[in-house]
Amino acid sequence: MSTVTDNKPNEPVVPNKLPVSKPSKPWKATPKQLLPDILGALGAVIASLVVVAFSPMAGILGFILTFIVVSIVTAASISGIRQDRKAAANSVATIIIYFLSAFVLLPVVSIIFEIIRKGAPGLSIGIFFDDMSVTASDAPLSEGGLLHALVGSLYVVALATIVSIPIGILTALYLTEVKGKAAGTVRFFVQAMSGVPSIVAGLFIYAVWMISLGGTYTTIAGSLALAILMIPTVARTTEEVLKLIPTDLREAGLALGATQWKTVALVVIPAARSGLITAVILGTARVAGETAPLLLTIGGNDAMNWNPLSGNNSALPYYVWKNFGLGTETGADRAWTGIFVLMVVVMIFFSIARVLGRKKG
Amino acid sequence: MHDLPVSIVENSNRTEVPEPREITTEPRFSDRVFRAVVSSGGFISLVVLGLISLFLLYEGLSIFRSEGLSFITSFEWVAESIENGTEAYFGIGAMLYGTLVIGFIGLFFGFPLALGAALFLSYYAPEWLKKPMVLVVDIMAAIPSIVFGLWGYFVLMPQAEEWAKLINKYLGFIPIFSMPGDFYTRSPFIAGLVLAVMIIPIITSISREVFAQTPLDRIQAAYALGATRWSMIRAVVIPYGKGGVIGGAMLGLGRAIGETVAVYTVLNLVYDIRPEIFLSAGGSVASLIVNKFGEATPLELKALMAAGFVLFIVTLVINFLANAIIIRTVRKE
Repeated sequence: MSTVTDNKPNEPVVPNKLPVSKPSKPWKATPKQLLPDILGALGAVIASLVVVAFSPMAGILGFILTFIVVSIVTAASISGIRQDRKAAANSVATIIIYFLSAFVLLPVVSIIFEIIRKGAPGLSIGIFFDDMSVTASDAPLSEGGLLHALVGSLYVVALATIVSIPIGILTALYLTEVKGKAAGTVRFFVQAMSGVPSIVAGLFIYAVWMISLGGTYTTIAGSLALAILMIPTVARTTEEVLKLIPTDLREAGLALGATQWKTVALVVIPAARSGLITAVILGTARVAGETAPLLLTIGGNDAMNWNPLSGNNSALPYYVWKNFGLGTETGADRAWTGIFVLMVVVMIFFSIARVLGRKKG
Repeated sequence: MHDLPVSIVENSNRTEVPEPREITTEPRFSDRVFRAVVSSGGFISLVVLGLISLFLLYEGLSIFRSEGLSFITSFEWVAESIENGTEAYFGIGAMLYGTLVIGFIGLFFGFPLALGAALFLSYYAPEWLKKPMVLVVDIMAAIPSIVFGLWGYFVLMPQAEEWAKLINKYLGFIPIFSMPGDFYTRSPFIAGLVLAVMIIPIITSISREVFAQTPLDRIQAAYALGATRWSMIRAVVIPYGKGGVIGGAMLGLGRAIGETVAVYTVLNLVYDIRPEIFLSAGGSVASLIVNKFGEATPLELKALMAAGFVLFIVTLVINFLANAIIIRTVRKE
């Protein structure tokens, strides 16, 4: 529709009190033009209901399949008869695209619905104040909690953020401010790095930290693995943000005699501040739910571990994984509750990033 | 400059113009430091990628040496230690095949949905629906893979089994839909469906980005010539954005191939190549690593590193190709 909406009528200069008439939209379909579509849709629903009632197609699945077929046939015949074959093809394509989009929404709705349905019953204040150190794995959900996993997650993600912010921002600065000869190559590799499978990041840290350096499972090993996954997100989002800063600002800084370093530090970065925060939070949202690299690096723990530099630790995804792996009913319930908390955490990060990102425009 | 030039002292009527300051584009010292720091920071991602391949290759080298090509062609994965009387040998052939199978099943279902959603968002959606739907797709991208895994296991699997039985009932004569027993749980089909959902957001967002680059004048020209919306899409949008959309699909495939936790939750790993996609027997290199990692012998650990190296190289190549295609499409005049 972008073709027509651009023709906004020029704002007329009207004296204060005169009523301004609403701009008309001559391209909008009149009720009379919409009538065949509405009738067609109604007809399709009724026809599908009839077919499902009098045929072996049964249940919601049967109805959906019949409805799709009937809608396509109806749309094709209505526009085919009223106009021509091109119009029929157009109607069929429109219907198919509408259905495809609806099916894209379906899993998200289902996932969120199930998280709430299965995760919410296990929620209680207690789970945020207790760990699993003295609770049997088959104990009811009122005992024990996931405080250790929550704290572990915060540690892992915070440390990963600390590692990846400078690297991500330096990469973005190299791409936008220094614009070195290798900028194209670096951009290409950062792009490729965002496709590194998370399990490979975990294996790499295991190879470096445990095998080559002789370390043990620790929080910091987990956060290094997450940092590998976070750097590309931070770098690419930051690059987008820095590109939006007008060149005038940089030129003004340089024209006033500032060095490039001062221009970047005192003009460009402050101008992009909220965008930079968005970049960082998007990165944290990306890694907060990562499971695979943590399975190989933090070792898991049922008790609190306040020391990120030594000892096993847990994290929310790890907690979910472990309880799901038990294969018991309570295990599954705990896993869903863990997922509920994890999703809330991820969505909080996500919303903050979006709100800040919007302010930037 | 503080001392008066000699010439002025000698003859105060004639002032001599001081030497003009040399104008140079040489960066100052502080800028040289700045550029050096930023440049070295910019190369860290390259270094990290290099280190990943080096370390995994180094750890897995002995396995590559002893197994040779059979590491990626053979199906056997036996890690029994020598004291048990058997020799350990490792092959990820079945896992590689299984990875590709579930990746393509994911693409088969995910790609049309994602493309439809992208077309809908770019050319069909009314203004009021656009923002909420973009939000939903973004949320989809932010859902952690373990959530997809549990959803796939508890919610999707019971449904998908029914679908599989239905297809088997009517199309069971086709080898890939046949079923030798009654084992519909944890099949490549279900893993592929979960992957389809997971790769939709990436394909949708790349496709939308590409569609947004379609020249407006050509769209308007098509409409002005009387094209319907679908004719316009077929004549202008698809030819223009084809490459980018294919690149997006490849990025989705790359993500599907590297996916670990979600696949491991819904897939039964079997060290054999089976043609039936509804049978509870599949493979995935990434899941193999998680599966074997816990109780791996030192030698097996090396084999897992080698498997990780293969996985890394495969995804890297796919990503390189995809990004190259996307960049070419978007930059096209």
